[in-house]
Amino acid sequence: MKRRKVDLADAPVTFAKGVDDRFQAATPLRGLLNKVFPDHWSFLIGEIALFSFIILLLTGTFLTLFFDPSMKEVAYDGSYPALRGTMMSAAFESSLNLSFEVRGGLFMRQMHHWAALLFMASIVVHMARVFFTGAFRKPREINWVIGVLLFLLGFFAGFTGYSLPDDGLSGTGLRIASAIMLTIPVIGTWLSAAVFGGEFPGEFIIGRFYIAHVLIIPGILLALIAAHLGIVFKQKHTQWPGPMRTNENVVGERMFPRYAMKQGGFFMAVFGVVALMAGLFQINPIWLFGPYRASEVSSASQPDFYVMFMDGLVRLMPNWQIYIPIGNGYSIPPMFWPAVVGLGALFTLPMAYPWLEARKLKDKRIHHLLERPRDNPERVGIGMMAFSFWFIATISGANDVIADKFHISLNAMTWAGRIGLVLIPPLAYYISVRICLGLQQHDRQVLAHGVETGIIKRLPNGQFVEVHQPLGPVDEHGHPIPLEYAGWVVPKKMNRLGALAPAVKGFFYPVEKPAEIPVSPAVGGPVKKEEIKSGR
Amino acid sequence: MTAVHHAGEAGTPPTDVNDPHLTRFDIVKEGLRRDDIEIVTYESQFHGQNSKAEKRVVRNISLLFAIAGLLTLAFLVFYIIWPWQFELGHTMSDYYTPILGITLGLGLLALGFGILAWAKKLLPHELSIQQRHGDPSSDEDRLITGQTMMYVADELGVQRRPLLKGAIALGLAPVGLAAAAPLVGGLIEDPHKGDLPMMYTTGFNPEHNGGKPVRLTREDGSPIRPEDVSTGGQMTVFPGIPHGATNHWADSPTLLIHLRADDAAETRKNADADKNGRNRGSMWGNYVAYSKICTHAGCPASLYEQQTNRLLCPCHQSQFLITDNAQPVFGPATRRLPMLPLTVDEEGFFVAASDFKDTVGPDFWERP
Repeated sequence: MKRRKVDLADAPVTFAKGVDDRFQAATPLRGLLNKVFPDHWSFLIGEIALFSFIILLLTGTFLTLFFDPSMKEVAYDGSYPALRGTMMSAAFESSLNLSFEVRGGLFMRQMHHWAALLFMASIVVHMARVFFTGAFRKPREINWVIGVLLFLLGFFAGFTGYSLPDDGLSGTGLRIASAIMLTIPVIGTWLSAAVFGGEFPGEFIIGRFYIAHVLIIPGILLALIAAHLGIVFKQKHTQWPGPMRTNENVVGERMFPRYAMKQGGFFMAVFGVVALMAGLFQINPIWLFGPYRASEVSSASQPDFYVMFMDGLVRLMPNWQIYIPIGNGYSIPPMFWPAVVGLGALFTLPMAYPWLEARKLKDKRIHHLLERPRDNPERVGIGMMAFSFWFIATISGANDVIADKFHISLNAMTWAGRIGLVLIPPLAYYISVRICLGLQQHDRQVLAHGVETGIIKRLPNGQFVEVHQPLGPVDEHGHPIPLEYAGWVVPKKMNRLGALAPAVKGFFYPVEKPAEIPVSPAVGGPVKKEEIKSGR
Repeated sequence: MTAVHHAGEAGTPPTDVNDPHLTRFDIVKEGLRRDDIEIVTYESQFHGQNSKAEKRVVRNISLLFAIAGLLTLAFLVFYIIWPWQFELGHTMSDYYTPILGITLGLGLLALGFGILAWAKKLLPHELSIQQRHGDPSSDEDRLITGQTMMYVADELGVQRRPLLKGAIALGLAPVGLAAAAPLVGGLIEDPHKGDLPMMYTTGFNPEHNGGKPVRLTREDGSPIRPEDVSTGGQMTVFPGIPHGATNHWADSPTLLIHLRADDAAETRKNADADKNGRNRGSMWGNYVAYSKICTHAGCPASLYEQQTNRLLCPCHQSQFLITDNAQPVFGPATRRLPMLPLTVDEEGFFVAASDFKDTVGPDFWERP
């Protein structure tokens, strides 16, 4: 029998044909390879969150191989002498063993914790980017809602993970969580008893938080992240306004190879930064905190940064208890308001914002072009109001440390926080709205009169005027014809018009010779107009 | 003004991709045309092939990759050979984690920057425009889909078969409930069950000690005599029952304070003047004992400021005045720290005359 000659060069073609025969892949694959993505540095922040999540999955899986989610009391007999012989839960013991007995275990633990902080931080910054540029507007409201849910889930993923080692800090955090549940009217004690399996701390909570932390929450996170990216893919990314950019197109570069390569490189860079932080910056040294004991807590016990706003709100809340004199009497403790109502509002109100804004502006249009923050001052004001509120609450979550380090009275810090929480947000609103309006006005001024040249001319009648360089055509008197605002950066300096030499490039020494400075063009003379590239 | 470019099928005529004269890029462009993409600019970053500048960029990228390889190799070597096991004092193993971080971190950064440089410096610059096609479905399509869904409902016929409606509600609701029942039922614990409901009793309840008053003990279980606490001093005490100092009795840790004579007199005066009388006679000599569990969020209120006689909770900075029934004087707490009625047994050790009379721990809805 004659054997068919196998030509290796044909193998990929044969393989590809086979795939297409079975899955009809060629056409959709071409679409994928050709998909155009707009590019802007601010679009990369969400990527950091995605990459940190991948790092979290990788390092977290490693940690599960050594962690024992049990609250059984054991005596420590490891290589850290200060705790030898101490009674502790098996969870804490295995966390110590992860740090001391597993080769590279501490590195992985710290990488996991730093990646979690980076995950939450990049989500916050990404949300701010989406909010301030109006990227949440129709048709992207649902993706905004998914984003808020991702933050909420990240919050709970972080809190459950923070609780697992069962060290002094995490036990205190659990104690407060139990107290927060207790404040809920009617069902509080029942809820806490159900979660902890009886009285705090019980024997179940670490096991329950473990399954939530490694299976339930990451499962939902993964599904929502897939939906989040899928929607971005389907709806195509928003883009800034600019030359050639319209609401109907995407201007950028194709996904393969350049865009995808940049993503891959960026992932490695994020991974590298997390690894550097994990190696160089100690985080959560649980062996210093010791095992959780109900009778012990150190001062300066702060939660991770994304929980600090809540801790701060709880600290600032005045002791206003509501007593209901029926029967034996009932009460609503003050912590209910910041920790349950406040947290609930914080997670639900932002979800409604896209529809609230659309309703206020009577705006039902589809938006694919981003809005510069200055072009929607009220939105910026609301955002800054929320941000300043969050910032003061977060600072107040560490007010004891600040009081200690700066020698301020602790009570004064608390009162400053209480007053600040009421006064600063409206002030932030007012100031940011004024700044936005001022920036708008300056844009309009340049469009109407041209760029300030710094050239002062004296007129025959003795009057001094500054010469303005028109951006566009001029009328017969040499005055610029006012231009329409296009929603994008207006050049405000002469070198941006190409009328002056660009700034010399290079960090330590110039990489190019400074160009010869051209003679300033006469007013109304021919202007070399350059396409606007800067500001991206 | 922004120019609107109309790319795609309407713009340029299709290309015959089987034409042998076409370059590969021509075929790519035909694909782009079919995907409604127009390449506006596509240019090499270098003048001519193998220019000096290009060679320099290629060298730099190769260097970055080589550094990445070297550093990750160093990571592997250090991972294996560097002493990693914890030892007391200043030892080589202190540097294990930082070395892993530096080698892996910088290695990955070099790799990342290498890839980024390849993409940004070596690949041609391009500017492409793709049409979005974000239009909603046509009215006709919407109508058809809507009618199809309505027809599905018609086929099921629930509308004209009212019996089925009831059957669905009555028959299927329990199925859903049955799915939820084990979860809810398994988790529910009655917080008020038993003779010693968990919310209102602590380890100092004599019932836990066979009816005898419970001793105050140190963490190791040893009982305490009055002279063990110096004047102005304080001590964390636990119920003298099995496992009394463990987290099983998380609401029982108590702060035993030996007050100076004048402070003690004031404290006693205030305790005896207590409105609901619960703290009356709870002191023993110059000693007073308060629950250590903050009435705000349950942290141990453990910072004792001797000069001002205040107890401060480090979690949320509630402050309690020891000389006045541990009333909250600052911060978010609303309720005083419960006082443990103190006395001394026949052997001269501190015991709790009874359990706390106020409810210990953070506040809740049904606390009387």
